[in-house]
Amino acid sequence: MDPSPPPAGGPPPNETVRLLAMLRLMLRIRAFEREAVAAMRSGEAPGVVHASIGQEAIAAGVCLHLRREDRVTSTHRGHGHALAKGADARAMMLELYGRAGGACGGKGGSMHIADFAVGMLGANGVVGAGIPIACGAAQGLRLLRQDAVVACFFGDGAVNRGPFLEGLNWAALYRLPVLFVCEDNGFAAFTRTAESTAGAGAAARAEAIGVPALAVDGTDPLAVDAAAADLIAAIRAGAGPRLLHARCYRWEGHTGTDPAAYRPAEEVAAARARDPIRRLAEALIARGVAAAEIAALEAEAEAEMRAHREAARAAPLPDPAAAFADVQDTGAPAPCPA
Amino acid sequence: MPRLSFAEATRRALAAEMRRDPTVWALGEDLGRGGIFGQYKGLVEEFGPERIVSTPISEACIMGAGLGAALVGTRPVIEMRIADFALCAMDELVSQIAKVRYMFGGQGRASLVVRMPGGMWRNSAAQHSQCLEAWMVHIPGLVVAAPGTAQDAASLLKAAIRCDDPVVLMESKNLWTAEGEVDEDAPPAEFGRARIARAGEEVTVVTWAATVPVVEAAAERSGVSAEVIDLRSLWPWDEAAVVASAARTRRLLVVHEAVTVAGFGAEVVARVTERLGPGALRAVGRLGAPRAPVPFAPALEDALRPTAERVAEAIRRLARG
Repeated sequence: MDPSPPPAGGPPPNETVRLLAMLRLMLRIRAFEREAVAAMRSGEAPGVVHASIGQEAIAAGVCLHLRREDRVTSTHRGHGHALAKGADARAMMLELYGRAGGACGGKGGSMHIADFAVGMLGANGVVGAGIPIACGAAQGLRLLRQDAVVACFFGDGAVNRGPFLEGLNWAALYRLPVLFVCEDNGFAAFTRTAESTAGAGAAARAEAIGVPALAVDGTDPLAVDAAAADLIAAIRAGAGPRLLHARCYRWEGHTGTDPAAYRPAEEVAAARARDPIRRLAEALIARGVAAAEIAALEAEAEAEMRAHREAARAAPLPDPAAAFADVQDTGAPAPCPA
Repeated sequence: MPRLSFAEATRRALAAEMRRDPTVWALGEDLGRGGIFGQYKGLVEEFGPERIVSTPISEACIMGAGLGAALVGTRPVIEMRIADFALCAMDELVSQIAKVRYMFGGQGRASLVVRMPGGMWRNSAAQHSQCLEAWMVHIPGLVVAAPGTAQDAASLLKAAIRCDDPVVLMESKNLWTAEGEVDEDAPPAEFGRARIARAGEEVTVVTWAATVPVVEAAAERSGVSAEVIDLRSLWPWDEAAVVASAARTRRLLVVHEAVTVAGFGAEVVARVTERLGPGALRAVGRLGAPRAPVPFAPALEDALRPTAERVAEAIRRLARG
């Protein structure tokens, strides 16, 4: 194991300022996804989106402890991870609209947002597929003597797929600097986690494989923040992989068009009452932050994402020739005959 | 030039590439013990366990981790042990490795090699004998090569390691111990460039991988002036060389060990027909396996095998047509 350097020096950041940054990020994620869902439902944006509304504390709480050179792998419900790692929100919205200038040039859409410039190695349309990729990224970074960690997000559905077992064993075996983050939102697509997953879930399974795990209330931003800080510090210190099991609730359906009729309204209302954004806002107000300042942050986030949506509506379509680009250089495809 | 087995030729080629480029490394089961065919013998002693990584039997993670390591800038050589086991890693190969660059709009290159030793060998039966090159060629994003000589085993491996696209090497288990002259200083092979293994005038026989020596022997004993084309790489493949030869001989036979139905031979015949037009060829044939799994007993396995006798008979039949 390569020794990790101690954390960057300097005075500790003002805790209130840091938590305000977390709140701002969560507000931006929610505003982005509200616009994205509306764009999809109105038919302005093609395809489907999977929103993480209600889960924002996990993406923000983890990624605020990451550095630019750290990497992230994400899921089909990945807008929050991308924004939290610093991906360009305008380019993301253009991507959802299938426009030129989109994060992937219109080739990926909502499920494949990537921004390699900020270490975001891509959202993934296959459940659990990011887990081996994250392991390999960490292994490659070690080979290159680059001191960085990898945060690997996946949902509770992924713990029933083989790559979860293979990847956690792999990371533990090679003591790789990976933080596995299970966002347990209670549903694997339309099926309740409890109906598809035996045993005590992600954290217990990780411990059994030899990956120390922490379970937290993923709707409690301060709890996520503290757990992520501890786990990432241990990983940076060379302790090997860790898993964060964050229980939360998916406010929206599986996709933006799923009415989620498989769950009672009271259950959703109860989850909304545990709104992570409101919980963090209340904690900040208790620290002396003015409610008006928080309202201004919210208005700013909403205005930003509205503007991105306006820009996406007005953006040009991609050149159809791009459909044949970036397949491969050796044996590149010939365009379809006219 | 030394005579080397396929295994030794590729072992030396990989070692040379690893000396040349410190970002090249290999991962797979039992690599620290030389690999099951000896093609990694001694490499862990030279390069250490961080670059010759012995892994758990976790095909999906071997493949997926190779991709992750490529995305941060290393060049992994992913060993699947035998091609059949790669079926446990199809999502990682087909939907991840082959797609990342495209679906991320050009971000992220999967510059890696996947080695898949395939085909019949020592009566290994249905789950250890498959030839699945047609599956691989069907997937956009992948380069697919299938060496039929010891020289090409080395030169194509070098080319694969240096290629920025993901390359699937369909190596042949039955050829690991076969020997040939190898120029270790030869430049990497060029994908999409066939080798005329034997010049001839009456029949064009196209083949690759394990059936290359079989077809060469068959052409020799057929009594027909058969031109043997070793494709070497299947995507891209040397359409021009095949079309030129078939236009001259007007008789085309494709031989492969894989199942004939929807095998790569179908693509070869279809493209030559499209290029030359219907009626340009006087005789066309494909010789591969029946659409049956590979059985265990030698007497049964031999019933499927494209032997030199069968190939010679097919050549003679086409020459008469």
